[in-house]
Amino acid sequence: MGMTLTEKILAAKSGEKKVEPGQIVVSKLDGILANDITAALAIPEMKKMGYDKAFDPEKVFFVMDHFVPHPDVKAAQQSKVCRDFARHTGLKYFYDVGNMGIEHVLLPEKGHVLPGDVLIGGDSHTCTYGALGAFSTGVGSTDLAAGLAKGELWMRVPPSIKFIYEGKLPPYVSGKDLILYTIGQIGVDGALYKAMEFTGPAIDLLPMDGRFTMCNMAIEAGAKNGIIAPDQITEDYVKSRAARTYEMYQSDKDAKYENTIKFDVSKLEPQVAAPHLPSNTKGISEVAGIAIDQVILGSCTNGRISDLRVAAALLKQQKVHPYVRLIVIPGSQEVYTQALHEGLLDIFLTAGAAISTPTCGPCFGGHMGILAEGEACLSTTNRNFVGRMGHPQSEVYLAGPAVAAATAIKGKIAAPEEVQ
Amino acid sequence: MAGKAFVFSDNIDTDLMVPGKYLTLSKPEELAKVCMAGIAENFAAQISPGDVFVAGSNFGCGSSREHAPISIKAAGVNCVIAASFARIFYRNSINIGLPVLESPAAVKSIGEGDEISVDFENGQIFNHTKSQTYAFKPFPEYILEIFKAGGLVSYIKNQANLGGN
Repeated sequence: MGMTLTEKILAAKSGEKKVEPGQIVVSKLDGILANDITAALAIPEMKKMGYDKAFDPEKVFFVMDHFVPHPDVKAAQQSKVCRDFARHTGLKYFYDVGNMGIEHVLLPEKGHVLPGDVLIGGDSHTCTYGALGAFSTGVGSTDLAAGLAKGELWMRVPPSIKFIYEGKLPPYVSGKDLILYTIGQIGVDGALYKAMEFTGPAIDLLPMDGRFTMCNMAIEAGAKNGIIAPDQITEDYVKSRAARTYEMYQSDKDAKYENTIKFDVSKLEPQVAAPHLPSNTKGISEVAGIAIDQVILGSCTNGRISDLRVAAALLKQQKVHPYVRLIVIPGSQEVYTQALHEGLLDIFLTAGAAISTPTCGPCFGGHMGILAEGEACLSTTNRNFVGRMGHPQSEVYLAGPAVAAATAIKGKIAAPEEVQ
Repeated sequence: MAGKAFVFSDNIDTDLMVPGKYLTLSKPEELAKVCMAGIAENFAAQISPGDVFVAGSNFGCGSSREHAPISIKAAGVNCVIAASFARIFYRNSINIGLPVLESPAAVKSIGEGDEISVDFENGQIFNHTKSQTYAFKPFPEYILEIFKAGGLVSYIKNQANLGGN
């Protein structure tokens, strides 16, 4: 019996010839990610374990992205804990205001995570890097502390579910729509503790940015990781960024999957997840017309350059509806700069959008776009839980960048075709 | 020690436990005060030491914030009993020494306010109000060791003291 892509990576990094679902392995870590919230909690825990510094200052990535630029003194104090630690212990990769990005946009851009790697991160959306054919998963701050101290962590090998996407994607249907549709079909615990392996003709043609979006939201189905077999698209993305060698594992033909789920996506509409679960997914035609007060374009899910391009193409020579606040958040300094050079920022500004420096702020209800009681936001982010973006009686609808742009123009949830 | 049960539905997410706006807090005693603030701002005031949380499936879904189990433990909750747990929340709870027990049978029968106590050694949950006993799924060996040490920090410290790496 062969192994899946996920099993092969975990076997290689734990020094085993073969691993099976359920087996507990201790995996070497190629990278450890933490942000201003989770690093601040992990540093004192690591010290309590008896360690003063990280196992390898070149394999640790600290990204100040949640409460930045600091909205208050507490947030500033929290980041300062991270800054002081990074400086005192000589962390090589510390990303702060002015050179940072939203962590899951930034790390692949910088070539910090490569195919075949095992990476843990103190953020649930660390599963994003499966898009590169890596194994990556989110952990809490104590696991983070253990990883920082020892450079390894125990994992239970997850069973894999294979998703096959048949057919060619219709216009304006993106990776976001595929993953929202999938979560809608299997539920928010449909892949609990499991690996979601995305395959099929539609994935073979999906650009890197769409693949990041899909793997990013694997956690919203409860998965341990999302993963896509690396191919030429992956190679084209990583080869100019990689400063070390990497391994492009593929699942064996006789690999064992717990389940195989096939979707024909050739007639899929753009998808919207209505409040208050990412699985509450509907086709755009079912929710069109719902009034919206705020639109967020950005986040670790949809803050990449191709997301901004899709939205800008629709917003060109259009105006944001007077009752809507459109907040555009490029995912990193690199994305911001590229959007500037391509003229996208000009389009957003002319349309009446506000453009923010990269931050996770509004997505988790931290700052930079909190909602009032009774308000609704359509957002390209990943969670629409009760109170996620502000008041417990506010609402969040999740969608891709095309629906976000159309909605900003119309002032109500709208299909991209309505504003073409 | 018996405590009263607070009963929750399926898919209780970590935003309900500790909303994002409180993620600049890190001290357990501060986090205790905002436990379940996403459900009701003053929820924590109703919790007495020894009380028990009982929930449906996928308890703790969402973010990796360890603030969530820390706030529950610091508020005095003895343990969480659920039909199933989200995986990051589960690991975090074990790591900080908050008992998380899987028992669909207990979840089915326990009502709001029932008096509950737990025998962790023998894997049993007692419902004193309904005079019922339920079993919970034992921890796998590796997790049991971390749990017995009182969490991952002491587990790793103990390992280091034993001369391990």
